[in-house]
Amino acid sequence: MTTALRWTRANLFSTPGNAVLTSSIVLLFVWAVPPVIDWAFLRAVWTGTSRDACVGADVGACWPYIWARAGQIIYGFYPDGERWRVDIVYALGIAGTLWLTLPNIPRKWLGAALMIFAFPVAAYVLLLGGVFGLEAVPTLHWGGLLLTLVVAVVGIAASLPLGILLALGRRSELPVIRWFSVTFIEVWRGVPMITVLFMAANMLPLFLPESLDTDKLFRALVAIAIFNAAYMAEVVRGGLQAIPRGQEEAAKALGLGYWRRMTFVVLPQALKISIPGLVNNMVSMLKDTSLISVIGFLDLLGVIQAGNTDPEWASPNTALTGYLFLAIIYWAACFSLSRYSARLERNLNVGARP
Amino acid sequence: MSAIISVSGVSKFYGGFHALKNVSIEVGQGERIVICGPSGSGKSTLVRCINRLEVHDAGHIIVDGAELTDDTKRIDAVRREVGMVFQQFNLFPHLSILDNCTLAPIWVKKMPKHQADELAMEYLARVRIADQAGKYPSQLSGGQQQRAAIARALCMAPKIMLFDEPTSALDPEMIKEVLDVMVELAGEGMTMLVVTHEMGFARTVADRVCFMDGGEIVEIADPETFFTSPKSERTKLFLSQILQH
Ligand SMILES: Nc1ncnc2c1ncn2[C@@H]1O[C@H](COP(=O)(O)OP(=O)(O)OP(=O)(O)O)[C@@H](O)[C@H]1O
Ligand SMILES: [Mg+2]
Repeated sequence: MTTALRWTRANLFSTPGNAVLTSSIVLLFVWAVPPVIDWAFLRAVWTGTSRDACVGADVGACWPYIWARAGQIIYGFYPDGERWRVDIVYALGIAGTLWLTLPNIPRKWLGAALMIFAFPVAAYVLLLGGVFGLEAVPTLHWGGLLLTLVVAVVGIAASLPLGILLALGRRSELPVIRWFSVTFIEVWRGVPMITVLFMAANMLPLFLPESLDTDKLFRALVAIAIFNAAYMAEVVRGGLQAIPRGQEEAAKALGLGYWRRMTFVVLPQALKISIPGLVNNMVSMLKDTSLISVIGFLDLLGVIQAGNTDPEWASPNTALTGYLFLAIIYWAACFSLSRYSARLERNLNVGARP
Repeated sequence: MSAIISVSGVSKFYGGFHALKNVSIEVGQGERIVICGPSGSGKSTLVRCINRLEVHDAGHIIVDGAELTDDTKRIDAVRREVGMVFQQFNLFPHLSILDNCTLAPIWVKKMPKHQADELAMEYLARVRIADQAGKYPSQLSGGQQQRAAIARALCMAPKIMLFDEPTSALDPEMIKEVLDVMVELAGEGMTMLVVTHEMGFARTVADRVCFMDGGEIVEIADPETFFTSPKSERTKLFLSQILQH
C-alpha cells in the first residue's frame, strides 16, 4: 500500500505541473467516461423486436437493432442459403491468423505458406462461386464485414509487396527503373483516394474496350492496392536508407547477387525498422475501406448507415448505437493489429544491441 | 610467378576528384602484399576496385583470369574467389555468427545446410570462436567480430583475401588476436592484400610492402628494403611519422 502511494507520488505528482496535468486528465475521464458507459450499457436496451423497445424518455443504446441487422452486418447481401460459404472463409481466416500469431503453435512456415497460397484461392472460389457447382454470387451482393475484410486484406496483401518493389526500384542503379518508380510513387501519392476510386469505378470502363470490362470490385481493389503501394514504398525506402552501406557491400563481397542480397541481408533489416510505419499504413487502410461506399458498395459502414434509416428501427438512439458499434469493431481490429506489430518488433529484436 | 591479380593503368574519379592515378600492380599467386600510406591516399579505393565495390574509370583489372567489366555474372564469379574483410566488420546483425558464415555457401555455392554448418564450424574453430557460433554479432567483442568476419569470408574458400584496415576499429588488446589469425592464414599460402598500419605485421608477413600517396603507388619493395632504405622522400617521411612511437 505504501509502495503504491510512493509510486503515485513519484510518477503522477512529482512537480506542481505534473500534479495539475494528472488532475485534469482524471477530471476529464470522470466527466466523459461515466455518461458514455451509462448510455451504452446501463440505460441500454438489450432485447426487443422493433423500435418500440427503444423509444422512451430514459432509454440508452438500442442494441436489439444491432442483433436484428447482424446478418447483413456480417454477410452483406450474400444470399441466405449460401452464407455457409462465407462462414468457411471466416473460419479458415481465423484459424490461419491464430496459427500465425499465437506463439505456441508450431510450423509457422507451413502456416504462412498455406495462408499466402492456398487461402486466397479457397476464399476466391468459395466467395465468388460459379465453379464446382457453387452458385455464382456477384461481388455487388457482397457487403458488410465481409466486404470490409476482403478490401482490407486484399489491399494490404497486394500493396506491401508492390510497395517493396517500388522502394527497391527507387534506389535502383538503372535510371529507367528509378525514374519509373519515382514517377509512379509521386503520381499516386498526389491524388486523393476518392478520385482514384471514382476513376476505377466509372471512368475506366469508358476508356477500356468492352472485352477488357472487369468486375467493379476488382477494379477498385487494383486501385486501392496501387494507391497504397506508393505509401508503403515510402515507408520501406526510409527503412532501406537506415541500413549502413557496408551491409550490402559485405554481401556483394561474398558473391551474393542482387535479389539474394536484398532478400537475406538488406530487406530483413529494413523491413524490421519499417514495422511501425507499415502498420500505421495498414491501420489507415483498414479504416479507409469505408471509402468504397462512394462507388456504390455497402461495406460495414454502408450497411449500418443504410440500417439507421430503416423505419422499423427508427428511434433517437438507433443511429448512435450503430456508429458506436462500428467504432468498437474498427477500434478492436486496429488495436489488435498494433498490439501484434508491437510484439513482432519485440520478437525480432534478438540481434539488436542490448 | 604467375599474376593472379593484375592492375594496369587504373584511374578512378569521385566526381572531379582523382582518387587513383594510373595505378599498376601485379600480385602473384600466394603473395602477401601490405599497402600503407596516409589517410585519403587511395588505399581503400584500390582494394575495393579489385572486387568491384568501386568501378574504375580507366585501365584494366584482371582477377584470376577474368577482366572486371560491367558483366555482372563475371563480377559475381570473381567475388566468389575474392574474400574481403572490412574495417567495420560488416557482419549481418540479424543473423547468428553461424548463419553469417553459412549464408553465402548455401545461396551462392548451393551447399546443403548441414555441410555448410560443418564447414563454418571448422573455420570458426580455426579463428578460435567456435563457442560463439550461436550468438549474434552484437553479443561479441570487436576482436571476436572481426575474427567471425574473417571466418565468414574463408567459408567461400576464396583464392584471394582483401583486408581493409582490419584492426583499425579495435581496442589495442584485441589487435593481436586478429593479427595472429591473419599470420596463420598467410602461413597457409593464401594470397593476401592487406591495408594496414601494423608495421610489425608487414615486416614478418609481407612479401612486398606498397606505399601509396595522393592516389599513386609511390614505392613498392620487399620489407627489408622498404623499411631500411626507402627510395622516396615521401616514404621516408611517412615511415618516420608512423615508426616514431
Ligand atoms: N564515395 C566517395 N565519394 C567521394 N570521394 C570519395 C569517396 N570514397 C573515397 N573518396 C575520396 O577518395 C580519396 C581516397 O579515399 P580512400 O578511402 O581510398 O583513402 P584511404 O587511403 O583508404 O584512406 P584512410 O586511411 O582514411 O582509409 C579520399 O580523399 C576520399 O575523400
Ligand atoms: Mg581506407
